[in-house]
This record gives sequence, structure tokens and C-alpha cells, in this order.
Amino acid sequence: MTRFAEKNTAITGVGMSEVSRGATKSALALTVDAALEAIADAGLTRADIDGFATWPGERADGSGFSPVGCAALQDALRLEVGWYGGGGEAPGQYGAVFNAIGAIAAGLCRNVLIFRTMYEATARKSSYANSLLREGQRQAGPFSWYAPYYTYAAALQQALFFNLYVHKSGITPEQVGQIAVNQRRNAALNPNAIYKTPITLDDYLASPLIATPLRLYDCDVPIDGAAAIIVSRMDIARTLKNPPIRIEAIGSSMRYRNSWTQLDALDTQAQPKVAEMMWGRTDLKSADVDIAQLYDGFSFHTINWLENFGFCERYGAKDFIEGGTRIALDGDLPVNTGGGALSGGRLHAYGAVHEACTQLWGRAGKRQVSGDPQICATSTSGGPLAGAMLLVRD
Amino acid sequence: MTQAPARILPVIDRDSEAFWTWGVDGKLAIHRCADCAYFVHPPVPFCPKCDSRDVMPHAVSGRGRVVTFTVNHKSWVPDLPVPYVLALVAIEEQEDVRIPCNIVDCAPQGVIFDMPVEVVFERVEDVWIPLFRPVHS
Repeated sequence: MTRFAEKNTAITGVGMSEVSRGATKSALALTVDAALEAIADAGLTRADIDGFATWPGERADGSGFSPVGCAALQDALRLEVGWYGGGGEAPGQYGAVFNAIGAIAAGLCRNVLIFRTMYEATARKSSYANSLLREGQRQAGPFSWYAPYYTYAAALQQALFFNLYVHKSGITPEQVGQIAVNQRRNAALNPNAIYKTPITLDDYLASPLIATPLRLYDCDVPIDGAAAIIVSRMDIARTLKNPPIRIEAIGSSMRYRNSWTQLDALDTQAQPKVAEMMWGRTDLKSADVDIAQLYDGFSFHTINWLENFGFCERYGAKDFIEGGTRIALDGDLPVNTGGGALSGGRLHAYGAVHEACTQLWGRAGKRQVSGDPQICATSTSGGPLAGAMLLVRD
Repeated sequence: MTQAPARILPVIDRDSEAFWTWGVDGKLAIHRCADCAYFVHPPVPFCPKCDSRDVMPHAVSGRGRVVTFTVNHKSWVPDLPVPYVLALVAIEEQEDVRIPCNIVDCAPQGVIFDMPVEVVFERVEDVWIPLFRPVHS
């Protein structure tokens, strides 16, 4: 299956800034911290970076959702590159990685710096208390259809999908709560996590309802922080200091209606065919996967991915996560091993890639999964958007 | 929902104008293909089923069913009365035309999957906002 371009690329370094509920430095400074750490981790210098990318690109709207784009980082680091790109119309957050794979295949660049910066903790302490609607401003675009209905946050839109999933699957709050409990248990072993105090299932059940079925502990935590990864062409990756983490397969498809209201499969969202595409580009199977870093903007995304990656049957996630032992650090399939976005902080799927590499390189300290994990499945999602990657350490 | 914050209004364009304004006559407008009768929503002047360009706003019955819903408990902005229901309603005429809405004239706890509902409109400025309420037999 060498015809797939991602197989000629690998992650060669990762970096992460301080992650906090209120940064002591600017969003650009956090981005520079993460970028320099990733470049050094790969054993490269700024001069070696000949491509860079981000998702969704700079949004100078005060929301903190993406305050740093390609232009700002290029000038900060004075990068000289053959290719760059940032933009939100992509298969979710990993769109930047997928674009980088194409750029490497096209011969435009060899070592691509990919970054994601969030400054939502600071933004929400000021006027940006909700994420979707602006008082007094008319709403255009895909969310205009929701605008008049007090749809202030993604939580409400997603709750529509999750409530139908609950209705069809019969999953109970006690089962759903295992995701949050597991990730807090993992976060307690992660020095960089936001919330490290363990929670019980009772704590989960007592956490405030946001929009049924979502409770507070089902929602990721807005932070200030940045993550960066280096994706290199394979021949170069093999000369660098870290064992290459090969991008074995990707799922980037859009085979459903790209609409937040008319999604073809409301309860599974766009994930199934993205997963199908990824598995179609590798000889590996879901049973080969050692660990999983599954998108957890909301805990139900993780539950959906367990099924859509094929770790269990449709509507079988409730049994898979029952009791929480299978998804624990010492379970059959350790999930979101650093605490994920729920407890580690919302680095919007790039925290997940960072944690995947940390585990695959055996650097995870007290939360290191035993048995020398080599294969990690990772994913993003949200409504009509989804992306997936299978990562394999040589 | 008394004293609720103002509803955020949509930008209206040529394609969405009928949907947001035919409520003045009590009608819910959904684009329909004149050649094959497929409903196209959100409105686009193209039929993905038969490639027709003859797709126009059409007054539907205004009846539908609750495909899914959520009961919102969080007060996202000051003075937002909670709980309230956000739902997706599929129109009676076609399953895959789903309209986001609030369910009104009904206790939030009374909303259930597949509940039959009918449209009512709330006017705000130049927009007639479709809402749905239970069908009382």
C-alpha cells in the first residue's frame, strides 16, 4: 500500500507550551514556545523548517479559538518555506496534517511545522462567555439556521446528536461517566493537565446538566496553550533523533452532507466513513491498535469513535466502557491517556497527537502505558467534520 | 419564555428569504424541485436528485415530528430563562428536511422523540421565526 502518500511521512518531533486557565504570556508567545520545542525535539533548527500549517488559521475575532495563524508565526520565527497553509474548510482539525502530507508529496517541502493555538480561557474571562452567537449581530453561514433558537454554544448542537445516540443505544449516564472518570484518573498522572484531582462516578452524576444528555464533566475545558508537531518526509525522518512515528493511514473523506442540521447519520455524525477510509489505506486492523487518543470535545465523541473505529459494535460502546477497566491505562485499549481535552485542556485534537507521540516514544512517565505501545489511533470530530490518523512508531 | 434575551436573527439572502418571511402568511416555505418534488433544504436552486434548476419555495403543511432534541439547562447569557428545548424537526413531507427550532407551548420535560408538532411563527423585526408546538388532538 505504498501508493498512499501519508506512508512517506512521519511525525519527528512534538512540542507544547504551558497550558493554563489564564496564560501569563501572549498567544503568539505560547505558539513560539510550542514550535521551538517541537523543532528542537526533532533535532532540527528553524532553518530546516520548509513548510508550516495550522487549522483553522487566524481568527482575529476575540474568541481565542485560533488567535495565531501562519502569517504571525512566519514573521515571529522568520521562517523561509516552500509551502504553507492555514484554513478551516478541511476534514476537522487534522486538515492541516493532511494538507502537509500532500505538500510533501508534491515536493514543496520536507519538514512541516504544524501548530494549533487556543486562547479561550483568557477570552472567556472577558466578554466572550459563549462561543457561537454575538448579541445584536445577524448570523450568516451554516449556523444561521440555529441562530434564532438560543443556540449559544456547540454543546447545544452536539447535544442534539448525542441525545439521539442515547435514545438509540440505551447508554446510561453511569456508563457515559466512565469517560470523564477515566480521563481524570489519567490526568492525575500528567503534570501538564489542568484538572488533576480524581473524580468518582458520583461526582460525574452530580455535575451540572448543561444540555441533556451533556453534563459539565462531559465537556472539554477551554484553555490557553499551543501544541506543535513536525511532520517530515520519511527519508529525512529516518536520519533524525527520534524513532519516526509513521503516519500509516489517514481518513479525510466527506461522504455525507456537510451540514450541521441535515447530517445523514445524526447519531454517529460523520465518523463512520472517515474510519472506513482510514482502514482502507492500511493492512492493520482495529485489533492491532495499542492505544487510542480519541477526540473528546465532548465525551460522547469518544464514545462514538470507539464504535466507528471498530473497537466495538454499533451501540456496543456502553458495554465496552462499562466499569471503565477496558479503557484504563492498564486496560485492553487505553484511551485518552493524558486526560484528554476533558481534563488535560482543549488543545483541539493536537493535544491528542502530542499525547500519542509521548506514549509511542515511551516518555509518558507515571502514565506510560506498559508493553511498549507502537500503534495509536487518533481522531477528530464535530458535526459534519471528522478526520482520523493511524500512527505507528518504527 | 418571558423576558428572554432577544433572539439572534439570521442574515437573509435570496435563497433563504422565503423560509424566514413566509410566516407573515402563516406558511412554512421549503424549496421543492418542480420536476421531481424533492425538497431541498437548506434552500439551493438546484435539485441534487434530478439536476433540475427549477427549484422554488413551496408552502408545506407545517407539520412534522421531533427527530431529536436537547433540554438546555445552562444560562449562557444573563436573564436567559432555562430550561428550554432545542430540537430538530423533520417535516411531514420529507424525512431529511430537518429544521432547528425551539419547542414551545409545552413543558421542556414533556418533549419526547417522534412527538408530532406543528409550526407557529414568532415575528422579530423582518423575520418570521418558525417554532414548533405539540399537535393537540
